[in-house]
Amino acid sequence: MNVNRREFITSAGGAAAAAAAAAMFPVAAEAAGEILIGGLHDETGGLDFAGKPMQQMLRFAVGELNENGGLLGKKVRAVTADTGSNMQLYQTLAEQMALRDKVNVVEGGITSASREVIRPVLRRYHVLYFYNTLYEGGVCDRNCFCTGTTPAQTVEKLVPYVMKKWGKKVYTLAADYNYGQITAAWVKKYVEANGGKVLSTDFFPLDVTNFGPTIEKIQSAKPDLIMSVLVGAAHLGFYRQWASAGMKHKIPMASTTFGAGGTEPILITPEEGNGIITCYGYYPTIDTPANKAFIAKIQSKLGEYFDGTMPLLTELSECTYEGVMMYAAGVKKAGTVDRMKVIEALESGMSFEFPAGKVTIDPKTHHCIRNVYLADLENRKFIILEQFDQQPPSDTQAVCNLEKHPDSNIQYQIKL
Amino acid sequence: MAYALVILIEIVRAVAGLVLISTGLMVIFGMMRVINIAHGEFMMLGGYTVVIAGKAGVNPWVSMLVLAPLIVGLFGVVAERLFIRFFYGRMIDTLLATWGLSLFLIGFVTVVFGNTVAGVSVSLGSVQIGGFRVSGYAFFLIAVAAVLLVATYGVLRHTRWGLIARGTMQNANMAAALGVSPSLVYMTTFGIGSALTGLAGALLSPITGVVPTMGIAFVARAFITVIIGGPAIIMGTISAASLLGTVSQLMTFATTPVVGDVALLFVAVVLLRILPQGITGKLFRRSI
Repeated sequence: MNVNRREFITSAGGAAAAAAAAAMFPVAAEAAGEILIGGLHDETGGLDFAGKPMQQMLRFAVGELNENGGLLGKKVRAVTADTGSNMQLYQTLAEQMALRDKVNVVEGGITSASREVIRPVLRRYHVLYFYNTLYEGGVCDRNCFCTGTTPAQTVEKLVPYVMKKWGKKVYTLAADYNYGQITAAWVKKYVEANGGKVLSTDFFPLDVTNFGPTIEKIQSAKPDLIMSVLVGAAHLGFYRQWASAGMKHKIPMASTTFGAGGTEPILITPEEGNGIITCYGYYPTIDTPANKAFIAKIQSKLGEYFDGTMPLLTELSECTYEGVMMYAAGVKKAGTVDRMKVIEALESGMSFEFPAGKVTIDPKTHHCIRNVYLADLENRKFIILEQFDQQPPSDTQAVCNLEKHPDSNIQYQIKL
Repeated sequence: MAYALVILIEIVRAVAGLVLISTGLMVIFGMMRVINIAHGEFMMLGGYTVVIAGKAGVNPWVSMLVLAPLIVGLFGVVAERLFIRFFYGRMIDTLLATWGLSLFLIGFVTVVFGNTVAGVSVSLGSVQIGGFRVSGYAFFLIAVAAVLLVATYGVLRHTRWGLIARGTMQNANMAAALGVSPSLVYMTTFGIGSALTGLAGALLSPITGVVPTMGIAFVARAFITVIIGGPAIIMGTISAASLLGTVSQLMTFATTPVVGDVALLFVAVVLLRILPQGITGKLFRRSI
């Protein structure tokens, strides 16, 4: 066959266009008689302690949907993949879920970095996306729902509480990527708004393990309290080294991240972890019938979904449960799995009674209006100190309005 | 004043850390000229020994100071017998062979124990210096590093066995002609180097946490220290570790850990340009 250059370009262009068109309109899995819920979480690697319970919770939630007769009379199936704490895998597996598995929705992503890898992919291939982790706020994308808390909901409550309790001079330690940097900026804003002073903010790449010099620097700065925005397994070394330097009882600590992923309180001994104050949208110790029923149900299904051991329930895993249930409610209301119709249904101001309390989807931002709780860690148990009802994600609300600009596709850097 | 003292202690701790991660390599690479890329994974095996022994209820001090060097040392002997010994004198080939070993160990440990972080908690309390508190474990690490250096020096300089080992490394044929079995000496030396590496991994595991890939963070630093040190292995390791540790720690205090690491690498590059044979290629030439 003799192909000249011009013919080749036309035919190759045509083929590419056809492939792109096919990608734009994936054949809905509806035809197969199943509704597929994708889960992208780090079941291995440095973030496995957070990702594993999230993935288990996703399967648990899907199981619960099936027990209640599925969705629209169809069976629901969880399609999960292990992203191995690796950003390249996030990209590949998100494409695989959208194009090969043709899932109806993807729940997942843990770090903000991983979310920003998969969010554009899922938007491009028109697959609805739920991000279920507390994060720095500002994502404005009609294809994406964020169920976790943002700094305006938690840091705003945490900072004044601990400053009132311990004093006005704050020393911040933060992970060196977008979550850490933005959250540290929020901490500074709220500390200053409450008449205090941030003595220093130190950033650490996720693989830093030796905190010796930092601990001495903190001691010479003499803060009234430490705000930890440290993330991941390597940074756990800080809590150990802090305790082993005998500083535990001299300078108290609050954190926007400690225990958020789950196993920190298990990997850290009670002597190292006691007294750290945190603020999240969910704690397993929330004393409501809904939460007790939720935990009892998990306990009865340990062997089926949780490898036989009770997971340490956190905002991350509870919100993953919420993400699945919200999607299901959207599908039920819309009467179809058509992506736009489900989005419109979810945007109708839906409200839920979840284990974490009342949760309402804010149609303008696709974030959640929800209760937040302040808790003190004692012997690996979070003792709830205070509860703040129905906190709006006011940080994201200040910059994002999907009702006015439905085509927004950006993560705003909220100006402080 | 107390702050200056605390900074000094942190510097000595950083130097001790470099000494700890380099002594095993100092024997295996400095003496035997085997480029052991799996050095970090030998440390990782030491860390896992402590984690597993801890789960089995062994006292962490026993598993750190006795079990880890023993097990990793034995592992080193096995590895030496199985394939390292075929590569003596072929330095570049040892690099490839041990790189393979490194990948294998990471893969194997990941499959068996999972790609997950295990923690080890030991506490030695803390020491009050002026208004500051310094972890007791820092002093323990400094002491172990000092003991290791003195012991290695003593063995190599003052024992018959040390003389035989040094002689064999210099000229194996001549040693064989004098009735020494070079094969045995090589095996034992490699085993001791591995044991020292395992000990380092075990001692650092309470600080860093134990993961299959933990070795990667150490292997480059260990090589930099030993190469900068030059031909006189002990004096070289001491001087290189002191210089690099001081620079990186001072920069860490002044700025952040990231800049500290950059400073360490920068000094290493400059030093290799000025002293391509390492520090002891020019200074302290008659030491060990």
